[in-house]
Parts: sequence; structure tokens; C-alpha cells
Amino acid sequence: MPDVRPVEHWDSDFDVLSPAYVNDPFSIWDDLRTACPVAHTDRRGSTWLPTTYKDVVALAHDIDHFSSLDITVIPFDGEEPEEPVLPYGVPPISVDPPMHTWTRRLLLPWFSHRKVDSYEAMTRDLCARLIDGFVADGRADAAADYAQQIPVRVIASILGVPESLSDTFTGWVRAVLEFADDMEVRREGTIALIEYFVSEVERRKTEPGDDLLSALLQTEMDGQPLEDAVVLGVAALTLIAGVDTTWSAIGSSLWHLATHPDDAKTLATDPEAMPLAIEELLRAYSPVTMARVVTSDLEFEGCPMHAGDKVLMNFPAANRDPDAFEHPDTIILDRAHNRHVAFGSGIHRCAGSNLARMELRVAIEEWLKRIPEFRIEEGAEVTWAGGQVRGPRRVPVVFP
Amino acid sequence: MKIRVIEEKCTGHARCYGLAPDLFSVDDYGLSSVVGDGTVPPELEDKARLAIANCPEYAIEEVTD
Repeated sequence: MPDVRPVEHWDSDFDVLSPAYVNDPFSIWDDLRTACPVAHTDRRGSTWLPTTYKDVVALAHDIDHFSSLDITVIPFDGEEPEEPVLPYGVPPISVDPPMHTWTRRLLLPWFSHRKVDSYEAMTRDLCARLIDGFVADGRADAAADYAQQIPVRVIASILGVPESLSDTFTGWVRAVLEFADDMEVRREGTIALIEYFVSEVERRKTEPGDDLLSALLQTEMDGQPLEDAVVLGVAALTLIAGVDTTWSAIGSSLWHLATHPDDAKTLATDPEAMPLAIEELLRAYSPVTMARVVTSDLEFEGCPMHAGDKVLMNFPAANRDPDAFEHPDTIILDRAHNRHVAFGSGIHRCAGSNLARMELRVAIEEWLKRIPEFRIEEGAEVTWAGGQVRGPRRVPVVFP
Repeated sequence: MKIRVIEEKCTGHARCYGLAPDLFSVDDYGLSSVVGDGTVPPELEDKARLAIANCPEYAIEEVTD
């Protein structure tokens, strides 16, 4: 675990890994919005934390001064290898234009509406099978047994990972994402994944399949095949960006429904309520905070930012800003004015947003179909993980 | 009622298509455009207003002329 000293001054010494922030960031943002809407810390490097919708959106759109070359909220504090396997990181999220533009165009068609529709039946079947595994028990961990099992398997299928490897693969990804605060576990998972993908890239050069990895390998730019490092980076992105993000949204939504039985009843009985409700759940429990790097010394909203400083793209706080949303802390399933930025804003809008939305909707639909009434198990503890991605780690529920 | 998508502002959130699939179409890159010339049938005006009020990029507007 990284060293997390208690925070006394959220405006000048915040820490997003502090248990207080992980468990209840909402009241901290409320305080900051009135006292100091762009907070600062020197923990893990000079870093800024905007808390208003207006500021977060402005920062996301100013790609010249706020670069995506480093998007990690919690910096990797291990030793960097001399020749990194992924010199471009995980494009397009980790690069600026022009590379951002062409790598994003390679990825987007795989997550278009049309394509995502074709993944729905498989996702529904997966959810149903997971529920089969615990429905007779009358209890389950809605996060660990359900939410955390869904996105990784969907992405694995898009990448062409065989079904037989699904559990192993899920284990590696969980090691990287779920245990991201344990450097050793994260390192082992990362190495296993990189080795797997490096060998798969070689194999698919001669044995292509109908999957994203094979398609990338068959893509040419200016008459040349893509560099392996680009293919590996884009493939790695789908895992890093498409797994714990979505499982956090599913887990938070099920936690909300477990603690708000009226909302569960509405969604279980009125399928037409679902489209707006999904957006409201995404708004209220936005899982993802990204980062940007300041490219040159500048002043933003009176804050002296220096080249190399980090700025946390606090989309979750933007979505709770009372200047942008009426009664932001109340979940209103049919909220009609909802310009939420759970998937970001500007050119880096989440490339997998259609997929994430489908997975969230299908996961809730299938759950409510089988388990319309459920609540948190008495005496059991709900735990949350935070940092780059906030979501529940454990949501023990009963459905007698 | 007539609406349009401001092409330079759309970044492909597809919120409009999700809320009003009869009024918008999205391409493989997520970019949205209005169906036809953007004229909204009276029974879909509520959906059009919903789409306008949910676009995170303020990329949809009512055309008034």
C-alpha cells in the first residue's frame, strides 16, 4: 500500500487515496467548490484537483496546455525499463494529436453502436450464467461475484482471447486493476498480460482471427503495417480502460439499487425508465478520474500551474456540481437535463462508451429480472476502491 | 421544430441517438447527424428537447429561422 497520511487540508494537501476521499469524496468536493475549487497537493508530485463542471470541461478541451502524455492519477513508482514495451503508452488515450487522431479512428469502429449491438446477446448470456451460479444461495457479492466478472470477459472476447483462457485472463486483469495499490501483484499481472499479448501478436500475424488484435495487425498506415508497439498499446488500452471502469459503474449501480428499493422497483417494472436511469447512475457514480500534464507554465482560475504538473480530470466531481445539476446529490432516475461527463469531454471522450453503457444496462436488466428485490446483508461491510477508478469492491447482498 | 448537429462540437457521446434514435444517426466513429433535414415531427419534439438537454458538448441546437 502506498503511504497515505491523514489529510488535514484538502485545499492544499489533498490525497485521492485517502480512505476519507475513497469512501465519501462528495462532501469533500462540496467543501472545496465553495472554499477552493481548484485544490492542490504535492503528494506524489505537484497535482491540481478541479471540482466544478465548468473547470473540468474547460481543462478537457484545452489539449494544447493539458496533454494526455501522462494520464495516470497515481504515478507508477517502480523502475521504468530502459526500453519500454509500450513506448507510446496505450493510444489513443495516452497520446495527443496527430497520433491520437489516427489511432482513435482505428479503435472507434469496434465500439460503434452497430458493433456493440452484436456483443449484447453474449453479454446477456454471460450475466445470466453468473446469476445461475448464486441465485439459489439467496445471497451474493454483487461486486465480486457479478460486476467484476462481466466486462473483462466481454473485452476478452472482442480481443479474441479463447473462452478456455477466460478465467486465467480475468485473474491477470484483476491483478493489475483490482489490486493496483499492491505494486508486486500489479507487476506480476502486468508481465503476464504483456507476455501473453506479445506472443498472441506473433501468432496472429500468421493465423489471423475475427478479432480486434488481428484487425489491427492487418491495418496499414501509409503502406506500412502498424508497429507492434502500437497494436500492443491499443489492445492494452481496451483492458485498462474497459474493465474496472465498467465493473465499477455496474457495482455502484447495484449498490444504489440495493440501498434504494423504490428505484429498484421502478427499473424492475418499467423497462422504458432504463435509458434515462442508466445516464443518471453514470452521472451520480461516475467511476473515472483521468489526468493531464501541464505543458507550459500558465495560470488557470488564479492557480499558478507549472509545466510538468498533473491536473486530475475530476469528471465525477463535475457531475455533482450544483451549478450544472439541480439537486446533484439526489439520484433522480428520470432526470431530463443531464449533460454528464462520466465518459469525459472533448476529443478524448471514452471510445468505449457505447460498450460500457450496453454492459451496464444489460447487467442491471438481467439482475433485476432474476433478483428484483435485494438489500445489503445486515452486518456486512460494503468496501470501496478509489484512485483513478472509484467503485465498490464488495457489495454483499441478500435476496430472501 | 427543426434541429441540427454542430459537427465541430460533436465528439460522439451518442447521447442523442440513445434518447431519440428516430431523430439522429451515428456513424462508425460515433459522430452524430440529424435524420433527413432535421425537421422534427410534432410527436417527437419532446425527444428532440431531451436530446438537446443531454448533449455534453452542447452540439445540438434548434434551428430558428
